[in-house]
Amino acid sequence: MADVLWGLATSHVPSIGAAMDRGKTEDPNWKDLFDGYAPARAWLAEHRPDVAIVVYNDHANGLDLDIVPTFGIGTADSYPVADEGYGPRQVPDVIGDPELSLHLLESLVDEGFDLTVFQELEVDHGLTVPLSVWTPDPGDAWPCPVVPILVNVIQYPQPTAARCYALGQALGRAIRSYREDVTVGILGTGGMSHQLAGSRAGFINPEFDAMWLEKIQTDPAALAGLSREELIREAGSEGIELIMWLIMRGAMHEQVTKVHSHYFLPASNTAAGIALFDNRPA
Amino acid sequence: MTAVLTAIPTEGTSMSTHETGGRLNVPGTPIFDGQTSRRGLRLNKMLMSFRSADNRERFSADEAAYCAEFGLAPEQTQAVLDRDWTAMIDLGGSIFYVYKLAMMDGRSMQYLGGVFTGMTEEEFQAELRAGGRRDG
Ligand SMILES: [Fe+2]
Repeated sequence: MADVLWGLATSHVPSIGAAMDRGKTEDPNWKDLFDGYAPARAWLAEHRPDVAIVVYNDHANGLDLDIVPTFGIGTADSYPVADEGYGPRQVPDVIGDPELSLHLLESLVDEGFDLTVFQELEVDHGLTVPLSVWTPDPGDAWPCPVVPILVNVIQYPQPTAARCYALGQALGRAIRSYREDVTVGILGTGGMSHQLAGSRAGFINPEFDAMWLEKIQTDPAALAGLSREELIREAGSEGIELIMWLIMRGAMHEQVTKVHSHYFLPASNTAAGIALFDNRPA
Repeated sequence: MTAVLTAIPTEGTSMSTHETGGRLNVPGTPIFDGQTSRRGLRLNKMLMSFRSADNRERFSADEAAYCAEFGLAPEQTQAVLDRDWTAMIDLGGSIFYVYKLAMMDGRSMQYLGGVFTGMTEEEFQAELRAGGRRDG
Protein backbone atom coordinates (compact mmCIF):
# COMPACT_ATOMS: atom_id res chain seq x y z
CA MET A 1 0.00 0.00 0.00
CA ALA A 2 1.21 3.45 -0.82
CA ASP A 3 1.22 6.14 1.85
CA VAL A 4 2.41 9.64 2.49
CA LEU A 5 5.86 9.63 4.06
CA TRP A 6 6.09 13.33 4.77
CA GLY A 7 4.41 16.64 4.09
CA LEU A 8 6.31 19.81 3.38
CA ALA A 9 4.54 23.16 3.48
CA THR A 10 6.55 25.99 2.00
CA SER A 11 6.27 29.38 0.40
CA HIS A 12 7.01 29.45 -3.32
CA VAL A 13 8.05 33.10 -3.73
CA PRO A 14 10.03 33.50 -6.99
CA SER A 15 12.75 35.54 -5.29
CA ILE A 16 13.68 32.52 -3.13
CA GLY A 17 14.51 30.66 -6.33
CA ALA A 18 16.26 33.72 -7.74
CA ALA A 19 18.38 34.09 -4.58
CA MET A 20 19.50 30.48 -4.98
CA ASP A 21 20.02 30.75 -8.73
CA ARG A 22 22.19 33.84 -8.24
CA GLY A 23 24.19 32.46 -5.30
CA LYS A 24 22.80 34.97 -2.80
CA THR A 25 21.92 32.55 -0.02
CA GLU A 26 24.65 33.96 2.24
CA ASP A 27 23.52 37.54 1.61
CA PRO A 28 22.45 39.15 4.92
CA ASN A 29 18.95 39.73 3.56
CA TRP A 30 18.54 36.03 2.85
CA LYS A 31 20.84 34.08 5.15
CA ASP A 32 18.32 33.56 7.95
CA LEU A 33 15.79 32.12 5.49
CA PHE A 34 18.23 29.57 4.11
CA ASP A 35 19.66 28.76 7.53
CA GLY A 36 16.06 28.06 8.51
CA TYR A 37 15.73 25.58 5.67
CA ALA A 38 18.84 23.61 6.59
CA PRO A 39 17.38 21.20 9.20
CA ALA A 40 14.44 20.37 6.93
CA ARG A 41 16.71 19.79 3.96
CA ALA A 42 18.98 17.53 5.97
CA TRP A 43 16.04 15.41 7.13
CA LEU A 44 14.52 15.29 3.65
CA ALA A 45 17.81 14.16 2.15
CA GLU A 46 17.58 11.11 4.45
CA HIS A 47 13.93 10.45 3.61
CA ARG A 48 13.62 10.36 -0.13
CA PRO A 49 10.14 9.31 -1.30
CA ASP A 50 9.44 7.33 -4.48
CA VAL A 51 7.23 10.10 -5.82
CA ALA A 52 6.15 13.60 -4.82
CA ILE A 53 2.84 15.43 -5.21
CA VAL A 54 3.20 19.20 -5.45
CA VAL A 55 0.08 21.27 -4.77
CA TYR A 56 0.63 24.68 -6.31
CA ASN A 57 -0.79 27.46 -8.41
CA ASP A 58 0.38 28.83 -11.72
CA HIS A 59 1.13 32.56 -12.01
CA ALA A 60 0.33 33.48 -15.62
CA ASN A 61 2.96 31.13 -17.03
CA GLY A 62 1.52 27.70 -17.77
CA LEU A 63 -2.11 28.93 -17.87
CA ASP A 64 -3.74 32.18 -18.79
CA LEU A 65 -7.19 33.49 -17.93
CA ASP A 66 -9.06 31.89 -20.87
CA ILE A 67 -9.71 28.85 -18.74
CA VAL A 68 -9.50 28.99 -14.96
CA PRO A 69 -9.79 25.46 -13.55
CA THR A 70 -10.52 25.45 -9.85
CA PHE A 71 -8.57 22.21 -9.39
CA GLY A 72 -6.35 20.45 -11.91
CA ILE A 73 -3.89 17.56 -12.16
CA GLY A 74 -1.01 16.90 -14.53
CA THR A 75 -0.92 13.51 -16.23
CA ALA A 76 2.17 14.03 -18.40
CA ASP A 77 5.47 12.15 -18.66
CA SER A 78 7.30 15.39 -17.99
CA TYR A 79 6.72 19.07 -17.36
CA PRO A 80 9.06 21.63 -18.93
CA VAL A 81 10.15 24.58 -16.81
CA ALA A 82 8.32 27.72 -18.01
CA ASP A 83 9.93 30.88 -19.29
CA GLU A 84 8.29 33.46 -17.02
CA GLY A 85 9.59 36.39 -19.02
CA TYR A 86 13.30 36.30 -18.33
CA GLY A 87 14.23 32.81 -19.54
CA PRO A 88 13.47 29.54 -17.74
CA ARG A 89 15.15 28.84 -14.38
CA GLN A 90 18.22 26.72 -14.89
CA VAL A 91 16.81 23.72 -13.06
CA PRO A 92 15.95 20.25 -14.34
CA ASP A 93 12.67 19.63 -16.11
CA VAL A 94 10.17 17.83 -13.92
CA ILE A 95 9.59 14.14 -14.58
CA GLY A 96 6.00 12.99 -14.14
CA ASP A 97 4.36 9.80 -12.95
CA PRO A 98 1.36 9.45 -15.29
CA GLU A 99 0.27 6.13 -13.84
CA LEU A 100 -0.10 7.59 -10.37
CA SER A 101 -1.69 10.74 -11.81
CA LEU A 102 -4.37 8.72 -13.56
CA HIS A 103 -5.04 6.64 -10.47
CA LEU A 104 -5.41 9.76 -8.33
CA LEU A 105 -7.64 11.37 -10.95
CA GLU A 106 -10.01 8.43 -11.09
CA SER A 107 -10.21 8.08 -7.32
CA LEU A 108 -10.81 11.78 -6.85
CA VAL A 109 -13.48 11.98 -9.55
CA ASP A 110 -15.20 8.98 -7.95
CA GLU A 111 -15.25 10.98 -4.72
CA GLY A 112 -16.79 14.00 -6.43
CA PHE A 113 -13.65 16.08 -7.05
CA ASP A 114 -13.80 16.70 -10.80
CA LEU A 115 -10.27 17.82 -11.56
CA THR A 116 -9.26 19.34 -14.89
CA VAL A 117 -6.67 17.20 -16.69
CA PHE A 118 -3.43 18.73 -17.97
CA GLN A 119 -1.78 16.49 -20.56
CA GLU A 120 0.71 19.27 -21.26
CA LEU A 121 1.86 21.75 -18.68
CA GLU A 122 4.79 24.09 -18.26
CA VAL A 123 5.52 24.55 -14.59
CA ASP A 124 6.52 27.88 -13.06
CA HIS A 125 8.10 29.03 -9.80
CA GLY A 126 5.01 27.88 -7.92
CA LEU A 127 6.23 24.32 -8.44
CA THR A 128 9.98 24.64 -8.99
CA VAL A 129 10.77 26.88 -6.02
CA PRO A 130 9.34 24.35 -3.53
CA LEU A 131 11.44 21.65 -5.22
CA SER A 132 14.48 23.90 -4.72
CA VAL A 133 13.56 24.50 -1.10
CA TRP A 134 13.57 20.71 -0.70
CA THR A 135 16.61 20.03 -2.91
CA PRO A 136 18.96 22.98 -3.37
CA ASP A 137 21.37 21.13 -5.67
CA PRO A 138 19.39 18.72 -7.80
CA GLY A 139 22.14 18.17 -10.37
CA ASP A 140 20.62 16.68 -13.51
CA ALA A 141 17.35 15.55 -11.98
CA TRP A 142 14.99 16.20 -9.08
CA PRO A 143 14.99 13.47 -6.40
CA CYS A 144 11.89 11.71 -7.75
CA PRO A 145 8.98 12.00 -10.21
CA VAL A 146 6.34 14.59 -9.47
CA VAL A 147 2.56 14.81 -9.84
CA PRO A 148 1.40 18.44 -10.04
CA ILE A 149 -1.95 19.39 -8.55
CA LEU A 150 -3.11 22.88 -9.48
CA VAL A 151 -5.40 25.16 -7.54
CA ASN A 152 -6.92 28.43 -8.66
CA VAL A 153 -5.94 30.92 -5.98
CA ILE A 154 -5.60 33.93 -8.30
CA GLN A 155 -9.16 34.58 -9.42
CA TYR A 156 -12.00 34.97 -6.95
CA PRO A 157 -13.88 32.81 -6.03
CA GLN A 158 -11.03 30.58 -5.00
CA PRO A 159 -12.13 27.18 -3.65
CA THR A 160 -13.01 27.35 0.01
CA ALA A 161 -10.52 26.29 2.65
CA ALA A 162 -12.99 23.56 3.62
CA ARG A 163 -13.09 22.22 0.07
CA CYS A 164 -9.29 22.19 -0.10
CA TYR A 165 -9.08 20.27 3.15
CA ALA A 166 -11.70 17.78 1.92
CA LEU A 167 -9.80 17.38 -1.35
CA GLY A 168 -6.68 16.63 0.66
CA GLN A 169 -8.50 13.98 2.65
CA ALA A 170 -9.77 12.38 -0.57
CA LEU A 171 -6.26 12.59 -1.99
CA GLY A 172 -4.93 10.74 1.07
CA ARG A 173 -7.46 7.95 0.51
CA ALA A 174 -6.56 7.87 -3.19
CA ILE A 175 -2.86 7.52 -2.36
CA ARG A 176 -3.52 4.73 0.14
CA SER A 177 -5.59 2.84 -2.45
CA TYR A 178 -2.77 2.83 -5.04
CA ARG A 179 -1.73 -0.72 -5.87
CA GLU A 180 1.98 0.10 -6.06
CA ASP A 181 3.80 0.05 -2.75
CA VAL A 182 5.31 3.53 -3.01
CA THR A 183 6.17 6.26 -0.54
CA VAL A 184 4.88 9.74 -1.28
CA GLY A 185 6.14 13.16 -0.31
CA ILE A 186 3.48 15.84 -0.53
CA LEU A 187 4.20 19.54 -0.82
CA GLY A 188 1.65 22.22 -0.03
CA THR A 189 2.95 25.49 -1.35
CA GLY A 190 2.39 29.23 -1.18
CA GLY A 191 1.94 31.92 1.45
CA MET A 192 2.35 33.07 4.01
CA SER A 193 0.56 36.39 4.55
CA HIS A 194 1.12 38.95 1.80
CA GLN A 195 -0.62 41.37 -0.48
CA LEU A 196 0.88 42.67 -3.72
CA ALA A 197 -1.56 45.35 -4.95
CA GLY A 198 -3.79 48.10 -3.61
CA SER A 199 -3.13 50.65 -0.91
CA ARG A 200 -2.75 47.76 1.54
CA ALA A 201 0.16 46.33 -0.52
CA GLY A 202 2.95 45.14 1.74
CA PHE A 203 0.46 43.86 4.30
CA ILE A 204 1.93 41.09 6.45
CA ASN A 205 0.30 39.52 9.50
CA PRO A 206 2.80 37.62 11.67
CA GLU A 207 0.20 36.81 14.35
CA PHE A 208 -2.03 35.14 11.79
CA ASP A 209 0.94 33.30 10.31
CA ALA A 210 2.02 32.01 13.74
CA MET A 211 -1.51 30.78 14.38
CA TRP A 212 -1.59 29.11 10.95
CA LEU A 213 1.83 27.44 11.43
CA GLU A 214 0.65 25.91 14.69
CA LYS A 215 -2.84 24.86 13.67
CA ILE A 216 -1.82 23.35 10.34
CA GLN A 217 -0.35 20.61 12.52
CA THR A 218 -2.68 20.50 15.50
CA ASP A 219 -6.07 21.65 14.23
CA PRO A 220 -6.31 21.90 10.43
CA ALA A 221 -10.10 21.54 10.62
CA ALA A 222 -10.23 24.91 12.37
CA LEU A 223 -8.29 26.51 9.52
CA ALA A 224 -10.65 24.82 7.07
CA GLY A 225 -13.45 26.76 8.76
CA LEU A 226 -12.05 30.13 7.68
CA SER A 227 -13.99 31.91 4.96
CA ARG A 228 -12.44 33.48 1.88
CA GLU A 229 -13.19 36.87 3.30
CA GLU A 230 -11.42 36.09 6.56
CA LEU A 231 -8.45 34.71 4.66
CA ILE A 232 -8.15 37.75 2.39
CA ARG A 233 -8.59 40.11 5.31
CA GLU A 234 -6.15 38.37 7.63
CA ALA A 235 -3.60 36.87 5.22
CA GLY A 236 -3.87 39.39 2.36
CA SER A 237 -5.27 39.08 -1.15
CA GLU A 238 -2.39 36.81 -2.18
CA GLY A 239 -1.94 35.17 1.23
CA ILE A 240 -5.19 33.29 0.61
CA GLU A 241 -3.05 30.82 -1.34
CA LEU A 242 -2.30 29.25 2.07
CA ILE A 243 -5.40 27.14 1.39
CA MET A 244 -3.10 24.90 -0.62
CA TRP A 245 -1.39 23.84 2.60
CA LEU A 246 -4.72 22.32 3.65
CA ILE A 247 -4.68 19.94 0.67
CA MET A 248 -1.30 18.66 1.81
CA ARG A 249 -2.43 18.41 5.41
CA GLY A 250 -5.69 16.66 4.53
CA ALA A 251 -3.76 13.90 2.77
CA MET A 252 -1.84 13.15 5.97
CA HIS A 253 -2.87 11.32 9.13
CA GLU A 254 -4.69 13.08 11.91
CA GLN A 255 -1.55 12.98 14.05
CA VAL A 256 1.68 14.07 12.41
CA THR A 257 5.07 14.76 13.94
CA LYS A 258 6.68 18.08 13.29
CA VAL A 259 10.24 17.73 12.04
CA HIS A 260 10.99 21.42 11.63
CA SER A 261 9.40 24.77 11.00
CA HIS A 262 10.71 28.25 10.37
CA TYR A 263 9.30 31.70 9.70
CA PHE A 264 11.05 34.53 7.91
CA LEU A 265 10.23 37.93 6.49
CA PRO A 266 10.40 39.48 4.08
CA ALA A 267 11.05 37.24 1.09
CA SER A 268 10.45 40.04 -1.42
CA ASN A 269 6.92 41.15 -0.40
CA THR A 270 5.97 38.03 1.48
CA ALA A 271 6.24 36.34 4.83
CA ALA A 272 7.87 32.99 4.09
CA GLY A 273 7.13 29.87 6.10
CA ILE A 274 8.29 26.29 6.04
CA ALA A 275 6.83 23.39 8.00
CA LEU A 276 7.89 19.77 7.60
CA PHE A 277 5.85 16.91 9.06
CA ASP A 278 6.61 13.21 9.36
CA ASN A 279 3.48 11.22 8.53
CA ARG A 280 4.63 7.93 10.02
CA PRO A 281 3.01 6.82 13.29
CA ALA A 282 5.16 8.14 16.14
CA MET B 1 -6.53 39.47 14.04
CA THR B 2 -8.46 38.84 17.21
CA ALA B 3 -11.51 38.58 15.00
CA VAL B 4 -10.09 35.58 13.20
CA LEU B 5 -8.72 33.86 16.25
CA THR B 6 -12.11 34.07 17.89
CA ALA B 7 -13.72 33.09 14.60
CA ILE B 8 -11.84 29.82 14.60
CA PRO B 9 -14.03 27.21 16.17
CA THR B 10 -12.21 25.16 18.79
CA GLU B 11 -13.64 21.99 17.38
CA GLY B 12 -15.25 20.92 14.16
CA THR B 13 -15.56 23.19 11.20
CA SER B 14 -17.92 25.94 10.33
CA MET B 15 -18.16 27.09 6.78
CA SER B 16 -18.89 30.75 6.38
CA THR B 17 -18.45 30.90 2.66
CA HIS B 18 -21.32 33.19 1.77
CA GLU B 19 -19.93 36.58 2.63
CA THR B 20 -22.80 38.65 1.33
CA GLY B 21 -24.82 38.95 -1.82
CA GLY B 22 -22.57 41.81 -2.94
CA ARG B 23 -18.92 41.87 -3.88
CA LEU B 24 -16.28 41.32 -1.28
CA ASN B 25 -14.98 44.54 0.22
CA VAL B 26 -11.68 44.58 2.07
CA PRO B 27 -10.33 48.14 2.35
CA GLY B 28 -7.26 48.85 0.22
CA THR B 29 -7.52 45.42 -1.37
CA PRO B 30 -8.31 44.86 -5.05
CA ILE B 31 -10.26 41.62 -5.39
CA PHE B 32 -9.54 39.97 -8.71
CA ASP B 33 -13.01 38.53 -9.17
CA GLY B 34 -15.01 37.43 -12.19
CA GLN B 35 -16.18 40.93 -13.11
CA THR B 36 -12.66 42.31 -12.84
CA SER B 37 -11.30 39.44 -14.89
CA ARG B 38 -13.93 40.00 -17.59
CA ARG B 39 -12.97 43.64 -17.75
CA GLY B 40 -9.27 42.90 -17.87
CA LEU B 41 -9.26 39.92 -20.21
CA ARG B 42 -7.80 41.70 -23.27
CA LEU B 43 -5.25 43.54 -21.16
CA ASN B 44 -4.21 40.41 -19.31
CA LYS B 45 -3.94 38.44 -22.55
CA MET B 46 -1.59 41.07 -23.89
CA LEU B 47 0.50 41.02 -20.73
CA MET B 48 0.62 37.22 -20.90
CA SER B 49 2.03 37.46 -24.42
CA PHE B 50 5.20 39.00 -22.96
CA ARG B 51 6.32 35.50 -22.05
CA SER B 52 7.83 35.35 -25.53
CA ALA B 53 10.87 37.41 -26.43
CA ASP B 54 9.51 38.05 -29.94
CA ASN B 55 6.39 39.62 -28.53
CA ARG B 56 8.36 41.72 -26.07
CA GLU B 57 10.32 43.09 -29.01
CA ARG B 58 7.24 43.81 -31.10
CA PHE B 59 5.60 45.60 -28.16
CA SER B 60 8.65 47.76 -27.57
CA ALA B 61 8.81 48.71 -31.24
CA ASP B 62 5.27 50.17 -31.21
CA GLU B 63 3.44 49.92 -27.90
CA ALA B 64 0.17 51.54 -29.04
CA ALA B 65 -0.10 49.34 -32.11
CA TYR B 66 0.56 46.26 -30.03
CA CYS B 67 -2.21 47.28 -27.60
CA ALA B 68 -4.57 47.81 -30.53
CA GLU B 69 -3.76 44.37 -31.86
CA PHE B 70 -4.96 42.87 -28.58
CA GLY B 71 -8.12 45.01 -28.58
CA LEU B 72 -7.46 46.93 -25.38
CA ALA B 73 -9.95 49.62 -24.36
CA PRO B 74 -8.58 53.16 -24.89
CA GLU B 75 -8.15 53.76 -21.15
CA GLN B 76 -6.29 50.45 -20.80
CA THR B 77 -3.96 51.43 -23.64
CA GLN B 78 -3.38 54.79 -22.00
CA ALA B 79 -2.58 53.15 -18.66
CA VAL B 80 -0.06 50.88 -20.39
CA LEU B 81 1.58 53.71 -22.33
CA ASP B 82 1.75 55.86 -19.17
CA ARG B 83 2.91 52.98 -17.00
CA ASP B 84 0.04 53.90 -14.71
CA TRP B 85 0.26 50.75 -12.59
CA THR B 86 -2.65 51.64 -10.33
CA ALA B 87 -4.91 52.28 -13.35
CA MET B 88 -3.90 48.96 -14.88
CA ILE B 89 -5.07 47.19 -11.73
CA ASP B 90 -8.25 49.30 -11.58
CA LEU B 91 -8.98 48.46 -15.23
CA GLY B 92 -8.89 44.72 -14.66
CA GLY B 93 -5.20 43.85 -14.72
CA SER B 94 -4.16 40.96 -12.50
CA ILE B 95 -1.05 41.81 -10.51
CA PHE B 96 0.70 38.67 -11.78
CA TYR B 97 0.09 39.79 -15.37
CA VAL B 98 0.84 43.47 -14.77
CA TYR B 99 4.11 42.38 -13.19
CA LYS B 100 5.24 40.99 -16.54
CA LEU B 101 5.29 44.52 -17.96
CA ALA B 102 7.04 45.80 -14.85
CA MET B 103 9.74 43.16 -15.30
CA MET B 104 10.29 44.28 -18.89
CA ASP B 105 10.88 47.78 -17.54
CA GLY B 106 13.30 46.41 -14.95
CA ARG B 107 10.90 47.23 -12.12
CA SER B 108 10.57 45.09 -9.01
CA MET B 109 7.50 44.06 -7.04
CA GLN B 110 8.77 46.40 -4.30
CA TYR B 111 8.75 49.27 -6.77
CA LEU B 112 5.12 48.46 -7.61
CA GLY B 113 4.32 48.19 -3.91
CA GLY B 114 5.73 51.68 -3.47
CA VAL B 115 3.58 53.00 -6.32
CA PHE B 116 0.43 51.42 -4.86
CA THR B 117 1.10 52.87 -1.41
CA GLY B 118 2.54 56.27 -2.33
CA MET B 119 6.09 55.48 -1.27
CA THR B 120 9.45 55.18 -2.90
CA GLU B 121 10.71 51.68 -3.54
CA GLU B 122 13.25 52.17 -0.73
CA GLU B 123 10.61 53.26 1.77
CA PHE B 124 8.39 50.35 0.84
CA GLN B 125 11.29 47.94 1.11
CA ALA B 126 12.17 49.37 4.53
CA GLU B 127 8.62 48.79 5.77
CA LEU B 128 8.78 45.19 4.64
CA ARG B 129 12.13 44.67 6.37
CA ALA B 130 10.66 46.21 9.51
CA GLY B 131 8.06 43.41 9.57
CA GLY B 132 5.61 44.43 6.86
CA ARG B 133 2.68 46.78 6.86
CA ARG B 134 -0.45 46.39 8.96
CA ASP B 135 -4.01 47.49 8.42
CA GLY B 136 -4.93 51.16 8.60
FE1 LIG C 1 1.46 31.70 -5.59
